[in-house]
Amino acid sequence: MDAGTTLTIMDIRPFVPELTLLCAGLILILLDLIVKRKEIVAAVGVAGTIAALYATYKLFGYAQPQYAFFDMFVLDGYSSFFKLIFYLNLILTICISVKFMEIEKASCGEYYSLLIFATSGMMIMASAADLIVLYLGLELMALSTYILAGLTRKRHRSNEAALKYFFLGAFSSGFLLYGISLTFGLTGTTNIRDIAHAIYALNVMDSPILYLGMIFIVVAFGFKIALAPFHMWAPDVYEGAPTSITAFMSVGPKAAGFAVLGRVLFDAFGGMQVQWTSVLIPMAVLTMALGSIIALSQTNIKRMLAYSSIAHAGYMLLGVIAGTPEGLTSTANYLMIYTFMNIGAFAIVIMLRREGFRGENIEDFKGLSKSHPLAAALMLIFMFSLTGIPPTAGFVGKFYVFMELINSGYTYLAVIAVVFSAISAFFYLRIVMYMYMKDPGEEIVITTSPSMSIALAITCVMVLILGVFPSFLLNLVRYSILG
Amino acid sequence: MTVHQLIFIYFAIAMTGISLLVVTRRNPVHSVLFMLVLFVHIAALYLFLNAEFLAAVQIIVYAGAIMVLFLFVIMLLNLRREETEEKFHRQWPVSAGAVAVLAVFFIMIVSKIVVLPALGEYSIDAIRSEGSIMTVGKVLFTKYLLPFEIASIILLVAIIGAIVLAKKSTNS
Amino acid sequence: MTFSLVLWTFIKVAIVVSILMLHVSYVVYFERKVIGHMQARMGPMRVGWHGLLQPIADAIKLFFKEDIMPSQADKSIFYIAPIIGVLAAIGSIAVIPMWDGFAIANINIGLLFILALSSVGSYSIILAGWASNSKYSFLGGLRSAAQVISYEIAMGLSLVGIMLLSGSANLTDIVHAQSDYWFIFTQPAAFFVFVVAIIAETNRAPFDLPEAETELVAGYATEYSGIRFGLFFMAEYAGMFIMSALAVVCFLGGWDGPDIRLLAWVPGFVWFILKVYAFIFFYFWIRATLPRYRYDQLMSLGWKLFIPLALANVVFTALLKLL
Repeated sequence: MDAGTTLTIMDIRPFVPELTLLCAGLILILLDLIVKRKEIVAAVGVAGTIAALYATYKLFGYAQPQYAFFDMFVLDGYSSFFKLIFYLNLILTICISVKFMEIEKASCGEYYSLLIFATSGMMIMASAADLIVLYLGLELMALSTYILAGLTRKRHRSNEAALKYFFLGAFSSGFLLYGISLTFGLTGTTNIRDIAHAIYALNVMDSPILYLGMIFIVVAFGFKIALAPFHMWAPDVYEGAPTSITAFMSVGPKAAGFAVLGRVLFDAFGGMQVQWTSVLIPMAVLTMALGSIIALSQTNIKRMLAYSSIAHAGYMLLGVIAGTPEGLTSTANYLMIYTFMNIGAFAIVIMLRREGFRGENIEDFKGLSKSHPLAAALMLIFMFSLTGIPPTAGFVGKFYVFMELINSGYTYLAVIAVVFSAISAFFYLRIVMYMYMKDPGEEIVITTSPSMSIALAITCVMVLILGVFPSFLLNLVRYSILG
Repeated sequence: MTVHQLIFIYFAIAMTGISLLVVTRRNPVHSVLFMLVLFVHIAALYLFLNAEFLAAVQIIVYAGAIMVLFLFVIMLLNLRREETEEKFHRQWPVSAGAVAVLAVFFIMIVSKIVVLPALGEYSIDAIRSEGSIMTVGKVLFTKYLLPFEIASIILLVAIIGAIVLAKKSTNS
Repeated sequence: MTFSLVLWTFIKVAIVVSILMLHVSYVVYFERKVIGHMQARMGPMRVGWHGLLQPIADAIKLFFKEDIMPSQADKSIFYIAPIIGVLAAIGSIAVIPMWDGFAIANINIGLLFILALSSVGSYSIILAGWASNSKYSFLGGLRSAAQVISYEIAMGLSLVGIMLLSGSANLTDIVHAQSDYWFIFTQPAAFFVFVVAIIAETNRAPFDLPEAETELVAGYATEYSGIRFGLFFMAEYAGMFIMSALAVVCFLGGWDGPDIRLLAWVPGFVWFILKVYAFIFFYFWIRATLPRYRYDQLMSLGWKLFIPLALANVVFTALLKLL
């Protein structure tokens, strides 16, 4: 153990990005009292995020993982890469929500600070080297997201979403704690690295209790990632929550869930790979199947995107199943790409929202290309990318995951995934068909704002660039995770 | 069999019985009351582990604050009509089945249980020599400082959330 | 666990509980006399010399009155509610050190134990209010629930300063820590918060909203009669005794008497009881002086003044301790 026995001021160093973001969140609460215009609050939130991003960038260069707070917290390339995803998610979400929350009449400064607190929770999760810290990070993220999902409290759907999310989230926390306590009971530690050592030292690899503990932990993360059969909450919550929050939580908690899933399974339960792959493979197949097939029958675009995000979780899980660090790399790569294309798609959905018109039905996209060709073209790109059609980034993400899967010898899984991917093309391309081949039903008015344009520009450009030049992102992921 | 074992067996059986009573009562106030009894039993079990601080906190926080709020909400909702409605009792067979499966699973696990040596530095004797409050305090503010501080942020978020969701609408 | 230890504990329990019971009956007499004189009346005069046997007459009357059960009441809870209150109040006495070395249970978490039992005691009122199935009782119960939770926070926080200064939650240690000067001088803000909070905790005037006889008949106790009503009475006065004893132990130096050579022979117990009764007198004095608060005033006072004040006191004390 390289941990000191006392706390020093140097322990704060790896924690600086989180600290910066938390301070930004606290400042926003106070700022909201003074400043009337919410745009300024949002801008300060983005500035705080960029400051945290800068801190992460400055700390990025250390090849060796830095442990702090008695081995509770670790800063390494793996966590830093996931933090990058969280920052992007946060900035893009803030950009697409300024105008939208005004229309929803739920514009308040706390909205932005809660977004920031949720992101801090995700960062703490990604950097957790101890199951206790992991759990607390998860609760910080989850609690903020429950509130955000119910923020438009005049709408019953939103209340329903918040309640459902809360109940099932509390349930999954229960699973996580059961899993942690079983593991702790058997190994005598909650430290992720020490668990791996203890499993070897005490020779409890075959213990059914440890197996059960591992399953409980996987189930808990499965809830957060929305893996089948723990995906039930996702469609209702995604539909009911304000659309900007749907975008936020279809990326953030999912990425955080994958970050901890990778860390716990690879570091703590690294010796039990056979056991956990046997749990994950059926889950992955079921997730892809349910996500792709049920999405076919959806008429609400948010519900459809919810099922699509379930299906994508299945593809991402394949990288974990591959069981190699390279597999994990491909998952992280996919997550980053997914961030751009998914938030981009939600941004278009948000643009259709205006006073007195929800714009959430797939029918509402009829003939969008006639009235707003640019918006339709953007949606086309995002839909192609979500389907995985080259030359968009979505193709690259899927390609690398499948490649790593085949390298690890799971060719049959890759074949299944390709089949479901083909099925999913149907519902993505249906939207394209509605936009380009149908006549507009009624006049479509698009609400836009400068920040929205910035978000759309970033997502669209990134989806295209990463589709054509994937090596840039891939090198970054490899450098971060493989060293 | 020592006195300690006998007392432990009493608590184990009583807690199981009380938990069953909690979930089987139709009147929610009775359930809450049994829950209260359960918490007192749990506190007594903590005393067995020389965790006196935890025992006191268990009563103060769970019995003193959380269950009172439970009662408060139940009383305000006035559930006397709902409790007789059948639709809230339909899930019985399903949950009984789930419990049975889980019980079989647990029995299988328990039959394979391995008794490990005591792990960790905080054995009962170590705690007894220093006192429970002292031990908890020291560990909480050194080794578990980071989790402690994160918990404070979580509480802050909970407060903000409660206010945001419950405050009167101010938009003009 | 030897036999003699068990026996000694039983004897101690018997002594303390009998003192408490006697106290409960005569403190009611004390109250009626004090309030009577404050209002220029004589108080009870008929039974015995200056009414000295009045408490006994009251007790006999309560014992033999009919125990009425409202027809729509929840019977089991209706029966249990007053018993919970009495048990919680009597249980707390176990950890109060009456003089040096004399407490039934000298435990390390004495202070927390009292807080825990006082929070359990609040169930008595809430459940009584609910089980009676009467609007007045119910309102009293709800008010009590909110009031007790709110003021418990202030009370607990005000005691944190004491724990910081004495470095212990053991009540005997806390008294020993006051051998130089009493904590009332070093923690005046905490004492102020504590006094107000315990008045609210014990549901006494001016915070007696759960019973509030002018608006809620008798609040949670409206449907109770006979000995069960008596049990509520007992719980209330025993609670007052416990809280006064806690105030004496935490702020007024416990059994510590004035440092005068002439009075050195007086046992510490006498000083302890004297201080407790002075404090109980203070309770009566407030009751005779102040009008009842309105409910919203009570809540905003608790949350907006006492809790911040107690928190500030904790921070301030911790800073002082650090320096």
